[in-house]
Amino acid sequence: MAQKKFVVGCFDEEKVLFPAVKQVRTAGYKIKDVYTPFAVHGLDHALGMRETSLHTAGFIYGITGTATAVSAISWIFTKDWPLNIGGKPHFALPAWIPIIFELTVLFAAVGMVMTFCWLCQLAPGVKKHHFHKRATDDLFVMVIECTDKTNTNDLVALLKSNGAVETDVQVAEDGWWFGTYDTEEKPAVQVSM
Amino acid sequence: MASIKEQFEIPGSLKTWSYALIGIGGAALLYGMFTKGFSSDEHEQVHFWGTLMYNTIFWTLVTNAAMFFLCFSTMAMAAWMQSFRRIAEAISTLVPIFGGITLLVLFYVVLSHNHHIYHWLDAEAVAKDPILKGKAGFLNPTFFIIWTTLTISLWSYFGYRMRQISLEADIAPMDHETAHKFNVRSMVRSGFFLVWFGLTVASTVPWLWLMSIDAHWYSTMYSWYTFASSFVAGMALIALWLIYMKNKGYMELSNSEHLHDVGKFMFAFSIFWTYLWFSQYMLIWYANIPEETVYFKHRVQGAYKPIFFLNLFINFLCPLIILMKRSAKRNFTLMAFMAVLILFGHWIDFYQMVMGSLMKEHVSLGWLDFGILSFFIGVMILMVARSLASKPLIAKYHPFLKESIIHQV
Repeated sequence: MAQKKFVVGCFDEEKVLFPAVKQVRTAGYKIKDVYTPFAVHGLDHALGMRETSLHTAGFIYGITGTATAVSAISWIFTKDWPLNIGGKPHFALPAWIPIIFELTVLFAAVGMVMTFCWLCQLAPGVKKHHFHKRATDDLFVMVIECTDKTNTNDLVALLKSNGAVETDVQVAEDGWWFGTYDTEEKPAVQVSM
Repeated sequence: MASIKEQFEIPGSLKTWSYALIGIGGAALLYGMFTKGFSSDEHEQVHFWGTLMYNTIFWTLVTNAAMFFLCFSTMAMAAWMQSFRRIAEAISTLVPIFGGITLLVLFYVVLSHNHHIYHWLDAEAVAKDPILKGKAGFLNPTFFIIWTTLTISLWSYFGYRMRQISLEADIAPMDHETAHKFNVRSMVRSGFFLVWFGLTVASTVPWLWLMSIDAHWYSTMYSWYTFASSFVAGMALIALWLIYMKNKGYMELSNSEHLHDVGKFMFAFSIFWTYLWFSQYMLIWYANIPEETVYFKHRVQGAYKPIFFLNLFINFLCPLIILMKRSAKRNFTLMAFMAVLILFGHWIDFYQMVMGSLMKEHVSLGWLDFGILSFFIGVMILMVARSLASKPLIAKYHPFLKESIIHQV
């Protein structure tokens, strides 16, 4: 639980948002995230986010599933409890491939969903600060992280000159927390402009 | 769009190469035909006609896969492929040519009653054989000839109709209503092709042309397997031409985004092919019934063992491992390499499908196979280049073109 200071700029059009993102980044500010009502193509590139590692994680989970299946089945059918099934060899690889495949998919799928939730800080009962309620409806909400040296007035002026329809400075919780909004979150401090 | 190069000029080196390949291949073909094809020794005959058969069937199905790609994309209202649709169209113009060769070869085999290739052509043997008698309604020369002729002429005709409607996108910008009508008409025309494609490639034609070589044996996976094999090779061929054209400075509107999606098709359908390969293999392995395992006996345990596993290595492991990464699918050099590998791999696949049944004792892969292959490659290169040069490279007023230009994955 760490409280941080953020400058929030709201835009009502994609066309205005993209140049604004570029301007804010070239001015040297650090954009925490842009909250949008829908997935915006190319926004991740504009924000300069690195390629996600989710697929690498998925590959590792998949390989783990394959290894689990191969070692478990081969141990069971050749060492622990060898059975004669239709005269097939104990090490009957073709018969195992469907199960190896299924476990690979299962491990990869479940692992990737969990990792995705972890990376996006999503879980049952977990709360995150909402910078602007309309981000889920019709507003593109750009959140800029402030440092000690950030001059919020300059930043707000920059956002406004780039077409922000609403600006705001908030001190809010940075990460996720377990609980409810009412008791756990301190009310966001509104700094009047 | 003033800077877009719409007119393809065939480079001299391409002509030289294709003529050289046709020359070498044609010489091998003719030499093989007179020393083997018309020889009195039945093994030599089977060797020659079998080799010619799998090559011509392979190339017909691969070039037809390009039209299949266009048709299902049209049906799904896909826009991303519009920037290079003329490449797929150009490849599909080969269907009447290679289909015609297939027709001639199959007619010759059937009409000369070459029962060493198609056992069911031997009327005496069929009369004594309850299994073949049961299949006689399907496996008989009359039906074979009618169905084969119908198949190839309708592929050619429906493909021609698809290419014709695409030319309308060259004439003038379309307003909303015209564009809508154009899309509906394209979809109707692709529908005809797709239905006929389903009735032929995805079912009857592989049974008739390829599976009936093992007249007693059958597999319900066989047609899908053949389809997957030819489709993934077809996508590889489209990728190869796209890369070639980019390399020569054409196709400015296609970039690594489009290549990425073609790469996804190559990757996904390699896996799909393996899925069918395995489904066919495992059920037969598991049931272990002699009349079914006979197909795999000499492939897994006999002379074809190296080819059989090479097939799986090239067509499954290589695409799986190499094409899995996103950056690999966006890399023109690596994609060119993989496209060649996949085309070669599925050619080998067709080789073992046909020759593995015709010449069970030894692997005959040699000058005849590569000679005939080079003939087909030469014809393919020359004819695709010519048909690319005969039309604008971009269907510039196509209603979906803009979506294709800004395509992003």
